[in-house]
Amino acid sequence: MNMAERKVDAKKLLKGATGDWEVIVGLEVHAQVTSKAKLFSGASASYGGAPNDHVSLVDAAMPGMLPVINEECVAQAIRTGLGLKAQINLRSVFDRKNYFYPDLPQGYQISQFKQPIVGEGVVVLDMLDGERVEVGIERLHLEQDAGKSIHDQHPAYSYVDLNRSGVALMEIVSKPDMRSAEEARTYMTKLRTILRYLGTCDGNMEEGSMRADVNVSVRRPGGPLGTRTETKNVNSIRFLGQAIDYEARRQIDLIEDGGTVVQETRLFDPGKGETRPMRSKEEAHDYRYFPDPDLLPLEFTQSFVDELAAALPELPDDKRARFITDFGLPAYDASVLVLEKASADFFEQVAAGRDAKQAANWVINELFGRLNKEGHGIEDSPMSAAQLGAIIDLVADGTISGKIAKDVFEIVYTEGGEPREIVEARGMRQVTDMSAIEKAVDEIIAANPDKVAQAQAKPTLLGWFVGQVMKATGGKANPQAVNDLLKAKLGIG
Amino acid sequence: MSVDQDTVRRIAHLARIAVSDAEVPHLQDELNSILGWVEQLNAIDVSGVEPLTSVVEMTMKKRTDLVTDGGYPEAIVKNAPLSEDNYFVVPKVVE
Repeated sequence: MNMAERKVDAKKLLKGATGDWEVIVGLEVHAQVTSKAKLFSGASASYGGAPNDHVSLVDAAMPGMLPVINEECVAQAIRTGLGLKAQINLRSVFDRKNYFYPDLPQGYQISQFKQPIVGEGVVVLDMLDGERVEVGIERLHLEQDAGKSIHDQHPAYSYVDLNRSGVALMEIVSKPDMRSAEEARTYMTKLRTILRYLGTCDGNMEEGSMRADVNVSVRRPGGPLGTRTETKNVNSIRFLGQAIDYEARRQIDLIEDGGTVVQETRLFDPGKGETRPMRSKEEAHDYRYFPDPDLLPLEFTQSFVDELAAALPELPDDKRARFITDFGLPAYDASVLVLEKASADFFEQVAAGRDAKQAANWVINELFGRLNKEGHGIEDSPMSAAQLGAIIDLVADGTISGKIAKDVFEIVYTEGGEPREIVEARGMRQVTDMSAIEKAVDEIIAANPDKVAQAQAKPTLLGWFVGQVMKATGGKANPQAVNDLLKAKLGIG
Repeated sequence: MSVDQDTVRRIAHLARIAVSDAEVPHLQDELNSILGWVEQLNAIDVSGVEPLTSVVEMTMKKRTDLVTDGGYPEAIVKNAPLSEDNYFVVPKVVE
């Protein structure tokens, strides 16, 4: 999709003093490739480590060292390209991007400039209101990460750790197809979901595995594009939204006050929720790219790509569609369940051989609700799919009521155990023995002659009796049976 | 193509090479002479010819994804003018 095709949506416009404005957003996302070793060396790519421990002589740019590409990183980039429905280039070229910084020992970053490994693709966003937005992918290329500078250890010195130096990154560049902070957040979330399904990036934003450079400009609805700014290194989805909202508003105010937006690089300050210009280095953008003479072109065959394609897992869009058609789930439930592959797998285990809508309700409302409250993900769930499934079975076969099921859920969640055994051991079984229920009904009627008279005049008071009987039986009586008995005995119907 | 004196100073700065004002005119002449010589290549018609990235007919060697290197931080920082706890220590750089 390109910008010209996208119609202006009045709901997404921002109000200014002089009229409406449309915000245009494009993202460059840096995603760390999941691999054991670095892109061009055999040093470990794992997060953390003691200072300079995951560093080879190649990563430290010692003289005479030559880069040798890690084939798994190439495969990961191809898998990602396939997941983004993108063109895979069987031949691509590595270039040197030249700049000086203490955490870049080579004095250049090995990247791909003119001929990236992956070309144009698309990411489909399902917005909460049901709108579908297609965001074009411009390209994906492989490049090296830089080291890390630590500035707070000493007043006069910075400390440099090269453990990240040379770790493989995928830079995924979108087209300027987004029209709101909400769309950008949804795009980032969707991209993260796709990468995690593919297993090509762990999506751990706290550890910096995914970060975004955010291009924002504003224009009159449908008018010519405005000048854009680039806000660097935004490392959470919440901050991404804040940075776009702030930057769009800043540009609108600036233009309406008679100023002009300057094309510049900015930083987001999470503490203040605002962006500010980076200290200006006019020459910083003169990267003097040229093909890296240490590396031959990156070439592979179509059959290599086909093999990788054949081994790809089911992608979130396909899974979502299957949940809607095969399980009859509402679109919203399906979207929530496929957000994480682990959640979708958990749901499928619970739903196997059971009512899928019931399963979805229990997984989303009870389990996710409970996990979210404690800040946990599905992988931290103390309850297995088999345990949750067993609770649903107990309701389905009439052993417990829906209300008691929630109590069983709570016990299994906090204490563990087999649901059926818990129900038996703690006497939570639904009372279906009619004589026991009848006894409770008779006692309540005998004890409340005034209410009986009232109920006979006003049948809606039946609910009060049902409540009393349920209370007397500890919630274990079958509510339908109680209802029927009461109606018969009170002579209302 | 030819370079002026400002371009000479800028290239030197980008390469972090200290060039005094007295050296600039000489370097400008040298650079322009080199560029002029290379300029002769423009006389050749290369339309339809793929750019040459290597003179050897071979495919790039690839490594398997195994950790085979690293684990010697002392050696990594050994030549650094300043280091502490196996960190490189450099004059403060803060954006």
